[in-house]
Amino acid sequence: MSEAISVLNGATFDGFVSIKEAGLRGMISVRGDFAAASFTKAVSALTGADFPAVNEAKFAGDYAILWMSPDELLILCAYENAQADADKLAADLAGEHALVANVSDARALFAMSGELLREALMKLTPANVSEDAFKPGQVRRTRLAQAAAAVWMLEDGSVEIMCFRSVGDYMFKLLCNAANPGAELGL
Amino acid sequence: MSTRLANGGRLLNKSRALSFKFNGRNMMGYEGDTLASALLANGQVMMGRSFKYHRPRGVVASGGEEPNALLGLGEGGRFEPNQRATTTELFDGLVSASQNHWPSLEFDVGAINSKLSRFMPAGFYYKTFIHPRAAWKHLFEPIIRKAAGLGAAPKDRDADRYEYTYHHVDVLIIGGGIAGLAAAKSAAAGGVKVMLVEQNAHWGGRAPVDGAVIDDMPAQDWIDATVDELSALDNVTLRTRMMGAGVYDHGYVTCYERIADHTPGDGRPRHRLWRIRAGHTVTATGAIERPLSFAGNDIPGVMLAAAVRDYAVNWGVSVGDRTVVVTNNDDAYRTAIAMKKAGLDVPAIVDARPSVTSALAQEARDLGIRIAEGSGVAKVLGGKCVVGVEITSQAGEGAARETIACDAVAMSGGWSPVVHLWSHCGGKLIWDETHSHFRPDPDRAPLGDKGQAFVTTAGIASGAMSTVDVLTDAYAAGKTAAKAVGGKATRKGAPKAAAEDEQDMAAVWLMPQGAGYDLRSKTWLDFQNDVKVSDVQLAAREGYESVEHTKRYTTLGMATDQGKLSNINGLAVLADALDKEIPQVGTTTFRPPYTPISLGAITGEARGELFMPIRQTPMHDWHVDQGAYMEPVGAWRRAYTYPLKGESHEEAVNREVKNTRENLGLLDASTLGKIIVKGPDAGKFLNMMYTNMMSTLKPGKCRYGLMCNENGFLIDDGVVARIDEDTFLCHTTTGGADTIHAHMEDWLQCEWYDWKVYTANVTEQYAQIAVVGPNARKLLEKLGGMDVSKDALAFMEWKDGTLGGITARAYRISFSGELSYEIAVPANQGRAFWDMCLEAGEEFGLMPYGTEGLHVLRAEKGFIMIGDESDGTVIPQDLGLHWAISKKKEDFLGKRAQLRGHMTDPDRWSLVGLETLDSSVIPDGAYAVEAGTNALGQRSMIGRVTSSYYSANLDRGIAMGLIKHGVDKMGDVVEFPTIDGTGSVIKARIVDPVFYDKEGAKGNV
Amino acid sequence: MLILECPYCGVAADETELSPGGEAHLVRQGPGSSDQELESYLFGRKNPKGVHFERWRHSYGCGKWFHAARCTMTLEVFATYSAQTPVPPKNVINAIKAKRPDWEGWT
Repeated sequence: MSEAISVLNGATFDGFVSIKEAGLRGMISVRGDFAAASFTKAVSALTGADFPAVNEAKFAGDYAILWMSPDELLILCAYENAQADADKLAADLAGEHALVANVSDARALFAMSGELLREALMKLTPANVSEDAFKPGQVRRTRLAQAAAAVWMLEDGSVEIMCFRSVGDYMFKLLCNAANPGAELGL
Repeated sequence: MSTRLANGGRLLNKSRALSFKFNGRNMMGYEGDTLASALLANGQVMMGRSFKYHRPRGVVASGGEEPNALLGLGEGGRFEPNQRATTTELFDGLVSASQNHWPSLEFDVGAINSKLSRFMPAGFYYKTFIHPRAAWKHLFEPIIRKAAGLGAAPKDRDADRYEYTYHHVDVLIIGGGIAGLAAAKSAAAGGVKVMLVEQNAHWGGRAPVDGAVIDDMPAQDWIDATVDELSALDNVTLRTRMMGAGVYDHGYVTCYERIADHTPGDGRPRHRLWRIRAGHTVTATGAIERPLSFAGNDIPGVMLAAAVRDYAVNWGVSVGDRTVVVTNNDDAYRTAIAMKKAGLDVPAIVDARPSVTSALAQEARDLGIRIAEGSGVAKVLGGKCVVGVEITSQAGEGAARETIACDAVAMSGGWSPVVHLWSHCGGKLIWDETHSHFRPDPDRAPLGDKGQAFVTTAGIASGAMSTVDVLTDAYAAGKTAAKAVGGKATRKGAPKAAAEDEQDMAAVWLMPQGAGYDLRSKTWLDFQNDVKVSDVQLAAREGYESVEHTKRYTTLGMATDQGKLSNINGLAVLADALDKEIPQVGTTTFRPPYTPISLGAITGEARGELFMPIRQTPMHDWHVDQGAYMEPVGAWRRAYTYPLKGESHEEAVNREVKNTRENLGLLDASTLGKIIVKGPDAGKFLNMMYTNMMSTLKPGKCRYGLMCNENGFLIDDGVVARIDEDTFLCHTTTGGADTIHAHMEDWLQCEWYDWKVYTANVTEQYAQIAVVGPNARKLLEKLGGMDVSKDALAFMEWKDGTLGGITARAYRISFSGELSYEIAVPANQGRAFWDMCLEAGEEFGLMPYGTEGLHVLRAEKGFIMIGDESDGTVIPQDLGLHWAISKKKEDFLGKRAQLRGHMTDPDRWSLVGLETLDSSVIPDGAYAVEAGTNALGQRSMIGRVTSSYYSANLDRGIAMGLIKHGVDKMGDVVEFPTIDGTGSVIKARIVDPVFYDKEGAKGNV
Repeated sequence: MLILECPYCGVAADETELSPGGEAHLVRQGPGSSDQELESYLFGRKNPKGVHFERWRHSYGCGKWFHAARCTMTLEVFATYSAQTPVPPKNVINAIKAKRPDWEGWT
């Protein structure tokens, strides 16, 4: 099997925050009925993570469950296991009305870290990313400049940012530009 | 002449001298100077020429309201025209130049317009350039174009960086004078998140200049203490050099931060546009002094009284040695007193009020200044500088009582609150008779998303005219704001100021009040646009009653200062001419931004490679490395063709399409939309989405489908594959992926929400590669993996497996008529698969082909393309696609609309092939015309070309087009007039749109 | 620049994170409808000065369509609510009436 290569192959940038293309990550898009115990159980059984509340991310080891919409989750997992995990979940949900799709290759993923990362984000999104409004364990789907993105906070000073693969190059340049030394807001 | 004083200049750091250039001359200033104060210090009062008459113009104000001192700043990539000298901080090495003159500032040929001014009244352009028409093109326009405009447009690419910042605060306070500071104190005490912004580099506004005393301290001490106190609070952010530019719906406020204007090239962004969502906004924006309307009030050296004082106190600059103060209010007396105390002459205070007995007047008298009561200026004497004033009785018609020699005139017509930000989003104004100004009506504030008032004014911006009132009003405004966002109202009292005993002003809109035409036609209202009292009066006589119409007719207030100095005076003149009250006439609309902001700030980061997101396929880099010519397709960039060395694009396309039909072509088709539709009701749902029946499609099979909107028009097409009983994969056009996904979700969420269907847009999960041509199967067999033989994978079937060791799904579908497979592989292995194909395909004559080749190949087969054959007004029936429109289905989107009379009209144009008689290529979009002429003597249009290409495989031009009764006219010849002006026509025969391999033998292998 | 709260994810969404979808509560007219009904469905749109019901999609967020009841004059937002309601729900009507007693009601 040919080696899979992520969109920017791990590119990095050090500005007033650091930015790194996070490489390959398994991603499984799941749609279903959140009110059905069989659905939430299947998802938690696969990931070992708690089922997230609205706009939440729940983590467990290699796995995470991100709340995307009232009937859509994104499961993060190891890239190599994504298809097997997706197949397993689909099998567990057989007979229910649900959709499971491996979308690991459809996205670009970036890690941004640093004390001032809220300042870098503020330049790009109309979403409120202040301490009061955006906290560790939260997911915010929004736009960063002109591209759709999802941002979730791992811990204070560390977020992951996901966008469509085709705009990965734009997103990386955009994040680097926002993090340019000298452009700190000094708030 | 203006000069630097030995003393004074509270904002200057005299230990740091700065050198700068004006019109090529080297000058010196100090740190803390504005460009305007530094120019004045160097004796340069005249700083530009007016727009229409090219009259000499000196600086008139000391802040953002300045209409005259507009300069070109910087050089090369940092050159910017029309920058106000009054708001430009001086830095070492600054380069500036005056504008709107030729050959020089001192001698300007265009000034002849001034001599002709009585022949260029209001509406001159409208009146003059109507007749004769030829004169417009050959005479007027070239002259106007040469003369128009202030500064020159920059020629070089902007060297600086710009950015946005989105911010959320509870209370935003705009203006860092004592009102803003007091409001910030009380808002902060409410425990809410406060941001206070000030457009200048210094806090405190005018209070220190005016000598206010607050909480028993000199104003400056109180300001310093308050700034220190606020800085120490966690819930307060303070920022200077940041102007409130606009207030918009739902608490949205833009602020313009000038980060590096005074430190160019230091690596920081030059400007930052803040886009702030504020729970409540306090506008502590101060007030602007009005000029007085007297003849010659535009001569360099005539300035606003407060500006004269600012230059002396803030920057240690005297505008003249002998300054006549002319006023209708007490405030200007402070200027006279400041001048006198600086050791300068004030020959007289000319006061329009009949009798002045206030404390300030007494102080002036005590300093020995003569006060001419009940008097006005008849006219100012001088050309490029003031040499004197003629004094007259304000009540009269302008007969000179005496002439006073002077070199500066400080005028004050009263103060107008800066109501712009209040008004931007609907805040209403009331007319204040006492102070002759419009001020915000607190009962009619701009309303937010919950219907709540979301702007409160503070200080003089509210119309509070004394320091005591300013502080009380502003402190209350801060409290109101904090409470509005859920904070608590502080119980502490407002800062206290020493009482100021001022005498009421008198409304003076023309000086003297009976000035005759000669004087009125030299009395300027709008200094930049050259609008005089006589122009507004003329407009009124000609029937312009609305202030908005008068503005546009006379251009009053339409200059870059947007009438900050001229509007109130202008509409007072208009009201008088119309014999109406001022509030009846009303104001013109206040629109953002408050003062001009840079295009760079508006653009933010969106320039160069960040101008817009360019979507790239997994094979993008390969295409670029190959030197492919890339074309935009939606936001994607796709390879149009891959020219070899020395090959034209045309030659490359011809080679690619021939090779694909003869050997093997490879196409990056990754951009095609791919949407999973899954659920027990998926078939039923797709039956509604597509015109054809999709529910009967068998798993493992593919079907070409058409989508229409509810209006019946064709919007998208593509191949649908049924994956299993519950699951379909719908291919869309490149441009359609996102819109069709959204379209599906719209119907699922809003109309058929009880249907059990989920969709997922997996377009980017896959790199999709079309392997096309007689050798297609050989290549896949060489890569090895799944069985792609004719029997194992028949036409319009798909299967999963591996190819060359990569997980792949192969669709046996064809958009070229050739033996063709579209292979979907995980995007992250797309490039590897592509490279593998290139290498393995070499022995089979493989060449990649681009989007133009794709077009030629599909046109040779008569396949339609969304956006070429369809344009939003075409229904599938027009394209002869009846076979793809189900007659069995009761309903699908667009079905009802396609039954309308116009849709079933036999006269609708229908799709046919077009073969030129001479084998040439018809221009794309050419129109077909009927033989003969119609009743109007014109040729009737009966169709148009929708696609037209040179087919290398057929060595001739081929085209498709929509022609009236086209399908009934096979073999007929239609004419397409050319647009080259020769009147020639291209003749083409109507034929079947399938030009190549009609029986479909090539794909059937 | 509006802010609308998405009733599905609770996010106070900036107007630039949303896509407008025109008038809400249209009733689809399919086969069997008269020409007049079809015309009104396709092209007849209210343009009120005052209370209005609109469709919006949280397109840069959770992707859900929702409805908003809004004043076209003051831009006051009375409520945002589920798109899966053929007519404005009672609580929305009440919320509007509380703010606009003279409103003639939904028709």
